[in-house]
Amino acid sequence: MSLQKPVMRNLLGKRLRFHLPIAFALSIVAAAAFKYGVTEPRKQAYADFYKQYDAVKEFDAMREAGIFESVRPSGE
Amino acid sequence: MVLANSGARMSSHSHEVTTVDLSQPMYTDRLDTPLPDKPYKEVLSAADKTLQQKEMGPWTKLSKEEKLALYRLKFNQTYEEMKQPTGEWKTVIGGMFIFVGITGLVVIWQAIYVYPARPRTFEEEWKSKQAQRMIDMRMNPIEGLASKWDYQTGQWK
Repeated sequence: MSLQKPVMRNLLGKRLRFHLPIAFALSIVAAAAFKYGVTEPRKQAYADFYKQYDAVKEFDAMREAGIFESVRPSGE
Repeated sequence: MVLANSGARMSSHSHEVTTVDLSQPMYTDRLDTPLPDKPYKEVLSAADKTLQQKEMGPWTKLSKEEKLALYRLKFNQTYEEMKQPTGEWKTVIGGMFIFVGITGLVVIWQAIYVYPARPRTFEEEWKSKQAQRMIDMRMNPIEGLASKWDYQTGQWK
């Protein structure tokens, strides 16, 4: 009762044929998840912020808070 | 057992020193080396020699004890005996904890005698004034700090 000859060939090929499609699929899923989970909301947040942004009003508010050195608050 | 012999070395020793010649084949009990370079027992008694003579014939004539005796001539420990847990991990973990404890004592001593005074920027008053200034200058107003502050009500969102 001798043992069967073990499988000697195609070991790497078999592994790649199984794992490569999974690897590609998971990578694409990861990229899509990052795009739609992080970058798209971020772009939307920036768009929403600047839709209602009044630069002069913000500047005046910052000036009144006293953080600038070139312009002091209007009271002084 | 092969002894390394160098006459000049032995003069100052008061006790027996057996040295192993590492250039000769050696016997080792190793999990990854099933067939060591030489058999375990090399000096055989007369009974062992007759047993080895019997081994040259058909093995069906050997009894179980004889087979085991022949095995023990060639090998010191079986795989099961080699794999026995040694309890070495307790020494390792214990020693590790001892040294971590000593390090902890060193760190405590440092905290008391080495560290300089804490910078004043760590005081609560300083930190709150710092946060207020960051809000005033609208730092990261879209996704960061100033975006969490409600400028209408003057509160965190």
